[in-house]
Amino acid sequence: MNILAIDTSNQVLGVAILKDGQILGEVITNLAKNHSVRLMPAINHLMEEVSMTPDQLDKIAVAKGPGSYTGVRIGLSTAKTMAWALEIPVVGVSSLETLAYQGRLFNGHVCSFFDARRGLVFSGVYQWENEEPRTVYEERNLLMEDLLKELIDAKKKVLFLSPDITIYKEMIKQYLGELAIIPEGPYQLANPSHLALAGMNHEADDTHTLTPNYLRLAEAEANWIKAQKEKKQNG
Amino acid sequence: MGEFKMKNDINILGIETSCDETAVAIVKNGREIISNVVASQIESHKRFGGVVPEIASRHHVEQMTIVLEEAISKSKLDWDDIDAVAVTEGPGLVGALLVGVNSAKALAFAKQKPLIGVHHIAGHIYANRLVSEFQFPMLALIVSGGHTELVLMKEHGNYEVIGETRDDAAGEAYDKVARMLKLPYPGGPQIDRLAAMGEETIDFPRAWLEDDSYDFSFSGLKSAVINKIHNAKQRGEQLKDEDIAASFQASVIDVLTKKTVRAAKEFNVKQVIVAGGVAANKALRAELETQFKTLEIPLVIPPLKLCTDNAAMIAAAGAISYEQGKRSGLDLNANASLVLK
Ligand SMILES: [Zn+2]
Repeated sequence: MNILAIDTSNQVLGVAILKDGQILGEVITNLAKNHSVRLMPAINHLMEEVSMTPDQLDKIAVAKGPGSYTGVRIGLSTAKTMAWALEIPVVGVSSLETLAYQGRLFNGHVCSFFDARRGLVFSGVYQWENEEPRTVYEERNLLMEDLLKELIDAKKKVLFLSPDITIYKEMIKQYLGELAIIPEGPYQLANPSHLALAGMNHEADDTHTLTPNYLRLAEAEANWIKAQKEKKQNG
Repeated sequence: MGEFKMKNDINILGIETSCDETAVAIVKNGREIISNVVASQIESHKRFGGVVPEIASRHHVEQMTIVLEEAISKSKLDWDDIDAVAVTEGPGLVGALLVGVNSAKALAFAKQKPLIGVHHIAGHIYANRLVSEFQFPMLALIVSGGHTELVLMKEHGNYEVIGETRDDAAGEAYDKVARMLKLPYPGGPQIDRLAAMGEETIDFPRAWLEDDSYDFSFSGLKSAVINKIHNAKQRGEQLKDEDIAASFQASVIDVLTKKTVRAAKEFNVKQVIVAGGVAANKALRAELETQFKTLEIPLVIPPLKLCTDNAAMIAAAGAISYEQGKRSGLDLNANASLVLK
């Protein structure tokens, strides 16, 4: 079973190849560089390194967001088309769940998040049980402040994982004090090997209907829906 | 399988996602459409009165593999019969282009096929080759929502832009005037329809620019139309929408036709072709046909279906690049402001 994992949903570009549960190789960069230019060469290079041809792949796992809208689409366009062309299954894994794999040995709540600007975050909260991440709080787009208040009420230790941790570090400590665990840098980045592992455990998606998890409507659509509601109320 | 493919046939699969159509097509030898599938998003964008880039990008991701599958299954070809994957790399909406480019790269990699990046305007030009073979030197008038250009071609794959718009594209002016007249989106065909029922009662300006220039400018015309409507309203004057449409359209067509005719004469071209969405405009077609009939220069305008964005035109342009040995690498990127050369 050869799995190719692709993550371009945030600043990290990650590619990994997993063979029968073993990592053959991975590529990870954490650079503000163009995913569209670099993804296919990275896949090509890694496949050559591990001496694998495209038709030897059995499954593709892709980080489906939340994250950068464009980044998520680059990953999904690539993964879906490749899976369709090779006639193999594709599985979309939450980018937050992938990141939460960094905390799978932690006994407590694991909170992974990405900054979504203006104090908002994309966040999910998990609890590892029997080597599986159980969802404590669904993935949401909410104010970090509101999330932290909920976590205080839960009175549990929380492991925070995020490439954007520096933005919220002080705020987290201020709200949660001793309950907050904030690990070192390498733990804060999603790892494509974990994505491959999650992809192995998840059931495949329908290639045609697999869509990004933006967690947010497009602005124009949100405004349009709001306008429709107002119209209805006004008569 | 492979029964439809002769030994020397070249089949190119084309992908186009530069705006609001997700399109995939397969073209044989740059001239013959084997399959041509277009998923239009127009119904989704209508409610916003124009194409919303983020929403267009989202639809492309949802549609891409579905459209690919339909194009392949309709073609009845095997992957062995496909020689290369061509894709629009620009210009266009960057988020929309990215979906096509990355899908094309994934496809080329998965099936180990050559990859060819295509300029969207080259595609519009080559839509005409699906109708009749090119005669060089050739002049192409490209008019669409995003473009107004005159391109001189002396041989295949060689483009010389001799004139382009300095502000709005012709199609853009159409859309803005349509909005002023409260016509539903897309406005171009609506104005064409209204104009046919009206008369040129208002003398709107024509921007000829410098004597020797083949460039265009439509922002002055657009402002003149807006001012005319405003002033009439203030004075309580009654203007017929049909006449506004007819007068506006007359100005656009006058400039487009005269500049095209002058260029055709100066460069002694053997053929004139028209491309882009506005090529569907009935009044423009009629005026160009009249002019070039008199000049005895063959005029080619593609059928309606090939005027608007499609992937057959991308595959057709890609076929020439393929024959000329042009290839793109897996680092191919979307380029929103790609230059035609
Ligand atoms: Zn176009």
